[in-house]
Amino acid sequence: MQLVPHAILCEGCDAVYPRTRLQPGETARCSRCGTELERYQGDAHQRMLPLVLAGLLMFAVANLFPIVSIMIGGQSSDTTLVGAVAALTDEGMGGVATLVLATTLLFPLLQLLVLLYLLLPQPRQLRKNRPLGFAMLVRMLQMLQPWGMVEVFLLGVLVAIVKLTSSAEVIAGPALGAFVALTVLLTAILSFPPRNFWHLAFDAPPSRP
Amino acid sequence: MSEPRTAQSLGLIACHPCGAVWQGATEGAACGRCGSPLHRRKPDSLNRTWALLAAAYLMYLPANLLPVMVTSNLLNTKQDTILSGVIYFWVTGAWGLATVVFVASFLVPLFKLGALTTLAWMAQRHSANNRADRARLYRIVEVIGRWSMLDVFVVALLAGLVRIQGLAEVTAGLGIAAFATVVVLTMLASLSFDPRLTWDDAQPLSTENPLHHPPHEPT
Repeated sequence: MQLVPHAILCEGCDAVYPRTRLQPGETARCSRCGTELERYQGDAHQRMLPLVLAGLLMFAVANLFPIVSIMIGGQSSDTTLVGAVAALTDEGMGGVATLVLATTLLFPLLQLLVLLYLLLPQPRQLRKNRPLGFAMLVRMLQMLQPWGMVEVFLLGVLVAIVKLTSSAEVIAGPALGAFVALTVLLTAILSFPPRNFWHLAFDAPPSRP
Repeated sequence: MSEPRTAQSLGLIACHPCGAVWQGATEGAACGRCGSPLHRRKPDSLNRTWALLAAAYLMYLPANLLPVMVTSNLLNTKQDTILSGVIYFWVTGAWGLATVVFVASFLVPLFKLGALTTLAWMAQRHSANNRADRARLYRIVEVIGRWSMLDVFVVALLAGLVRIQGLAEVTAGLGIAAFATVVVLTMLASLSFDPRLTWDDAQPLSTENPLHHPPHEPT
């Protein structure tokens, strides 16, 4: 079998295209089915590391402090994300607790840690020697992508707050702002397709024939 | 606009994880760059999609009929299903919120089940109708799938937060477990479905090899 350089296959309909050099802000789409083929990345990977570090910091704040607290009849109660998972476990909802823990905590944390590991060596050196476990970790990033749901959780928090305002005094905790920041950071970080690590490691930028 | 050539007709296989394109590779061979097995199409795509969809339909009933949340205070105990929560928001005047929850928790899962069933059914029959619309439908299903998890997170948070002994307590109901299962199963079903099945045997394709020509400008 032979490598065909500079070809892109559409994952939506199997069409074959030659890879082109994209200009900043451009996205190549399949002319037949509209699936995105590739988007301009430029040196996005060089700006990723600070975002990942900020993401990890926000992640710590978001999970160590209460998200919201309520006051009912002079008594208060608050919860962290882990507290909510523990409450579900206590109620015999182990499966749901695991799902919540995985989608809002474990998977996003894994994604951030793997990205940190892959980005720490200068991406320029990826061509020479890839870090240990490179192939497996890039694959892991791809598999985790659909299952990290921090942004959905944030909307869930907001819905829960509105639900409670009629019957209790609701006070936003320090973690709420951290979740907002984390959602914004993760959106920026995860717009970088994991496959691009392979492009960084192997492909010379496509040149026009 | 001329139809593009397909990888199938040119004997090309792309590696899903790393994007390398191979000529003359056999189905299931290891990618020479990252070692993942190469597949022309997702293996067993339709069977897996049908199986997961059937399981999701099955769980859809208890998800909507069983209580997802039990609220108790000094005076009474209230059991809420997905829809009774929406109705409560609606009658108390929180129309925006009622709409958000109704769309994310009720309409989206139903729409996904219907859309995936349609896609799998038409792919199975090698239907040539509305291929572009079906491609768009698949992309929509992929994007909205995760948002149905909203209710699971709301219940989890309330169960963790509202725990004031005697005054107010919220516990999760069995319905939320069924509901979470539906969301996971439909997400797995959409990941199992191979959108290329929508286009297989689409005719006619140009006979030129696109890789021998100067590239067109991306849009």
